Amino acid sequence: MNTNDTLIPHIGVVTDIRIDTPDVKTFRVNAIQADGTVSGKVFEHMPGQCAMLSIPGVGEGMFSITSSPTNKEFMEFSIKKCGCLTSWLHAMEVGQQITIRGPYGNNFPVETELKGKDLLFIAGGIGLAPLRSVINYVRDNRANYGDVQIVYGSRSKDDLVDYKEIIDEWCNDDGITVNLTIDREQEGWDGHVGFVPNYVKELNPSLSKTVLICGPPIMIKFTLAGLKELGFTETQVYTTMELRMKCAVGKCGRCNIGDKYVCKDGPVFRFDQLDELPDEY
Amino acid sequence: MLKISLENLGKLFDAVSEKQTLYIPTDREDGASEYKKYESGMKLSKNLNTIRSAKDFFFPQTENLADFKMEGKKIEVIDIREESEDFVIFGVRACDARSFTILDKVFLSEPVDSYYKNRRDHGTVVTMACTKPAETCFCGTFGIDPTAPEGDAACWSDGENLFIQANNEKGQAFIDSVASLLEDGDTAKLDEVKAKTKEILGKLPLANLSTDAFGGDTLMEHFNSEKWAELSESCLGCGTCTFVCPTCQCYDIRDFDTGHGIKRFRCWDSCMYSEFTKMAHGNIRNSQLERFRQRFMHKLVYFPSNNNGEFGCVGCGRCLSKCPISMNIVKVMKALEVK
Amino acid sequence: MQEAMISKAKQLLADGTVNRVIGWKKGEFAYDITPAIFESAEEIDADFVYDDFTAANVSKYLVKESKKEGKILAFLKPCDTYSLNQLTKEHRVNRENIYVVGIPSDGKLDIEKIKSKGVTGITGVERDGDTLKITTLYGEETMPVADAMSNKCLSCKSKKHVTYDELIGEDGDVIDSDRFDMVEKLENMTSQERYDFWRGELSKCIRCNACRNVCPACTCETCVFDNPNSGVQNKAAADSFEENMFHIIRAFHVAGRCTDCGECSRVCPQNIPLHLLNRKFIKDINSLYGEYQAGADTTSKAPLNEYTTDDCEASIVHERGVE
Repeated sequence: MNTNDTLIPHIGVVTDIRIDTPDVKTFRVNAIQADGTVSGKVFEHMPGQCAMLSIPGVGEGMFSITSSPTNKEFMEFSIKKCGCLTSWLHAMEVGQQITIRGPYGNNFPVETELKGKDLLFIAGGIGLAPLRSVINYVRDNRANYGDVQIVYGSRSKDDLVDYKEIIDEWCNDDGITVNLTIDREQEGWDGHVGFVPNYVKELNPSLSKTVLICGPPIMIKFTLAGLKELGFTETQVYTTMELRMKCAVGKCGRCNIGDKYVCKDGPVFRFDQLDELPDEY
Repeated sequence: MLKISLENLGKLFDAVSEKQTLYIPTDREDGASEYKKYESGMKLSKNLNTIRSAKDFFFPQTENLADFKMEGKKIEVIDIREESEDFVIFGVRACDARSFTILDKVFLSEPVDSYYKNRRDHGTVVTMACTKPAETCFCGTFGIDPTAPEGDAACWSDGENLFIQANNEKGQAFIDSVASLLEDGDTAKLDEVKAKTKEILGKLPLANLSTDAFGGDTLMEHFNSEKWAELSESCLGCGTCTFVCPTCQCYDIRDFDTGHGIKRFRCWDSCMYSEFTKMAHGNIRNSQLERFRQRFMHKLVYFPSNNNGEFGCVGCGRCLSKCPISMNIVKVMKALEVK
Repeated sequence: MQEAMISKAKQLLADGTVNRVIGWKKGEFAYDITPAIFESAEEIDADFVYDDFTAANVSKYLVKESKKEGKILAFLKPCDTYSLNQLTKEHRVNRENIYVVGIPSDGKLDIEKIKSKGVTGITGVERDGDTLKITTLYGEETMPVADAMSNKCLSCKSKKHVTYDELIGEDGDVIDSDRFDMVEKLENMTSQERYDFWRGELSKCIRCNACRNVCPACTCETCVFDNPNSGVQNKAAADSFEENMFHIIRAFHVAGRCTDCGECSRVCPQNIPLHLLNRKFIKDINSLYGEYQAGADTTSKAPLNEYTTDDCEASIVHERGVE
């Protein structure tokens, strides 16, 4: 058959593995070119979109693409070890091939609704992975956006994903404010201590900002409540969701919530859109 | 209309099966019927419907998607797809024929599922009008007329003759391929049979079942209904309703290690199963109530919301007959429509 | 009988002996009965039914129900009481929270058997002695009751209630049934014939899990076949032999615990005679370890859970396996 089918994956090669935290690794993935060389990307994407990665025989799973589309050399995936497939991925060595298909889902509206806006990114733990794609996209198209504020928290300093990039690059950018926090006091940490929702309230961000949140469900819940107390409306807050997926194209039925499929209609939703869905996520 | 005497039906089947694979519903020893590959002498079932629906032909219970060869750090993807051969499914009822247009909306929407499309392109559906609807039938609720079935070509029986008419080019090609066996026939008796069937349709116990209370704009109202607890209380959480349903199309993708390589296959799945939505870090539907609700909400609310009001049910009545505890979409609709 | 049960249920609800009743609820047609829990006299008056089609064994629901607050009244047919006893023995139910009213059963009908005779458009089914009068949209039909009798009732093993707090009507006796006849027939086949028989039957399986989910002996919190970490989790056969493994492994797992309630075959949408697998085990256990009926009591040790010096030698089992 000469037609493509999205269910038949491409091959990607893991060309770099960065240990971010005790349970998060970031994998760099390149394509195999027609001449056999390993370089470039398997496909293009927009910030917030996902890809299905798999090790045949182990399983397939949906992962957010953490690198920005402005990176023309490779794609990156920050993956937390929490199940069978992710444990296998964590055991990989450089040079390992994986299967990859995508891009799937919608993206953060970086070219429409977010353009020209002051942006507030709020992330918890591995929740930084999908937002990092947007943050770097914004940094690379700096003129198109206003002020950028990043509030990022984790259990401890060691659990902050992309710590080096945050300190070495984001913190040195003009017009970007980075506010880091960890859950409990820790030796060698002189930054803020406390949970993300409370920290956001303390920071009292300007109501003109458009907010992008990603993190554990409980963090999202309390942060959203806090933002509302501050006067933010649901129409200015975006998040990205994660559910069990198999096909990634809205057919297998698994990630169906209400009349939406998270894989196809999401994963990015504005909170007022989520209000129209049954409370199942 | 073109016809063939019922006595000569075997000749028609023989002629068709000489050129392509033919499937017909035929009776098993236990009295139930199932679709089987036609072999000379096989008799067409008189039963109204098969236990398994006809969706198997386009969306089989298990199918291979791709093979993988693993060698060291290398992975080779092997595209195992092959062009399907032409085949005919004969004797499909109006309800099942409509189920194909519902499945089309899922599998043929972008990105097109090439596995499904391949079979759909190569399959000819020849339908058979109903003359003896059962008490469990409610296809009329979904605007289906079992005396005028869809499909590529449609057949009617008046007890003596089988009449056949094409609904499209594919159906016409089918008729042309057996033209030598067909002759022009008078439909006077057939019209009587149709009228009689219509009279019975009006008397069916579920003839007045209505979809008025359902559709996309009723999402929150029905989702939050208190009635789900009672409706789902004795649900066994099995997949019978899902697997006999002609429109249920959820699937799982899994890998199977043959020892010589990996086969990635997909298989039917059921939202009634406990681990359907289970992820490494949790499950969004932990109770049978939630899973039961998902199945019926999908058919009665979510699917119409995404498909111009078309419901994900064709009223074939299989779940009414087969649910081990006799809980089904009709009982759900009747309970939910009462405010 | 239905009237007596309704008044008993209302009385026990009213005097506070129980706070709920598990029984059967009528449906859209003459036969589509659903197991249901009733909490008030009004609910009972509206929907409670006990008739020729109340075949469902409600004892498995008691695993969950008996853990809830307050006592539940369960109407159990003789065969259902064996299931409850077995569940009690395995500590799967809290027997103290269940008030069992034993009810007689003169055999339940199987609507699928009626339909398989070509009867359709069924609007009513009435039992008149040994004859069944069926009204349909296409006229009246009759057939012998025996032709429509549920398989599990055709080879009824007992009319005796092995556990109850109260009985409605007289208790019956254990019956000499012909339930092992078909097993013997299978045993007398050549191994190829037997293989073909089971391949033919089991290849119909659609892996809906109805047999497992209805089975009172299958009460694992997570079935090995549902557990992604088990390595054998399966929803569909990955090869043509796999559905056989599901049923064979299940039969092994309930061996010595299966009371032969027949629910597995009753609910199978493909009419696979699954109970024959279990009956083979029962027959073998009887012949190897002496007569044993699972669920007959709550105290005796099950043969497969006990070692005695006069147990049959492993070699006997081995020899029997070689033809």
